[in-house]
Amino acid sequence: MRQVSYDLIVIGAGIIGSAVAESCARRGLHVLVLEAGIPAAGTTAAGMGHLVVLDDNPAELALSQDGLRRWQARSVELPSHAEYRACGTLWLASDTAEMDEAERKRALYQQYGLQSQLLTGSVLRQLEPNLSPHLAGALQVPGDAVLYPPVASAWLLAQACHLGAELRRHSPVQALLPQGVQLRDGSELSAGQVVIAAGNASATLLPGLPLKPRKGQLLITDRYPGMVRHQLVELGYIRSAHGGEADSVACNIQPRATGQLLIGSSRQYHDADPAISWPLLQTMLTRACDYLPGLATLQALRSWAGFRPATPDKLPLLGPVPGQTGCWLATGHEGLGITTALASAELLAQMLTNEPTTLDPRPYDPARFGSWQTPPQAVAMELTT
Amino acid sequence: MKVNILVNGVVLSVASGTTLASALGACAVRHSVQGQSRAPYCGMGVCFECRVTIDGRPYQRACQVLVHDGMEVRHEG
Repeated sequence: MRQVSYDLIVIGAGIIGSAVAESCARRGLHVLVLEAGIPAAGTTAAGMGHLVVLDDNPAELALSQDGLRRWQARSVELPSHAEYRACGTLWLASDTAEMDEAERKRALYQQYGLQSQLLTGSVLRQLEPNLSPHLAGALQVPGDAVLYPPVASAWLLAQACHLGAELRRHSPVQALLPQGVQLRDGSELSAGQVVIAAGNASATLLPGLPLKPRKGQLLITDRYPGMVRHQLVELGYIRSAHGGEADSVACNIQPRATGQLLIGSSRQYHDADPAISWPLLQTMLTRACDYLPGLATLQALRSWAGFRPATPDKLPLLGPVPGQTGCWLATGHEGLGITTALASAELLAQMLTNEPTTLDPRPYDPARFGSWQTPPQAVAMELTT
Repeated sequence: MKVNILVNGVVLSVASGTTLASALGACAVRHSVQGQSRAPYCGMGVCFECRVTIDGRPYQRACQVLVHDGMEVRHEG
């Protein structure tokens, strides 16, 4: 039995789904957001909220740069409890080889019109006196920022609803239908288009989707205002630490508006347990202490784990589901979903409404992974049996 | 046996073996984020209301620490 028809159903009210809902509602579409649980309670709530331009490849750089620009432009609209702060990033170099890497990064950023500057060890120590005296220097990227993702996500969803979108909580989708969805309670909803923005859960709707949960752990301390002033990330972050399949850690320290320090980071493909892995947490904190020795004496308040939705090539899935007319994907951002949310949402909304796109969408096209498509009827049957 | 501790610059003589929270009594020792007064409450390390700076180290739970001679305590109460 079908009731109201919507222009668009968005599955998932994390930061990506919320941003997509807002971008589409702004274009006049009648949007329904279906959230399996409560909004922004998955990967969005587990992340750090570092708005950062990453440069592993041109497509990642383009999307994260566009995302950061959009957050910068909208930062004045954000509620104060979204804790947006333009603290910038310091990419920390532990030796001269890493200073060479910092210079490579600076030159690349410059090509893309992004401002950054190399800091010598002594200048770095003036900016962040609590860092290890052994560091060779850093690359400062002043435009990067931080925010508190659950609040930013809720704000985007509220904007969408203000523009006419509707939200249904506790409404898990059981199956995709041609032109709509079936909820777990058996009811069906129809829409001209459907966007799947359900993070790791997207794979339950599209079996075979090339998406793997990548576990990450964070720890937050009590309040130590002034101890750190910039987001601190080791330069080996991508290149040496998080590039491969094995469990890895990298120093990543964020000063929160409250004076608390948020400490990461870890990546694990092969641990589906949402509980903390204590040995890995210890390795992670030891790594962070190498860079910020004073950490060892601070009081920790809480640690937790989350799961990033990761694709094989580390680029998101943004675009039409191959072979399923009117069905779109917006997920697979791994650790960059907060940074790129506004860019990913705009790109998808542009494609969905046949507007010219700001960015070249091809690198993010889900069709680049050819083999996982399953016809919607087959999916519905699998899920109901 | 008595030990001397220094609380916000004032010498206090207390029995050894006493927890710092007991030594401080029922007085306010900190302010909440919203500025309300806070004092030791649960006495068993759970509520975190008795956090003080002990020998230069902030956010120590006074109820979980025994006094020692020469201990220097700072609090916001």
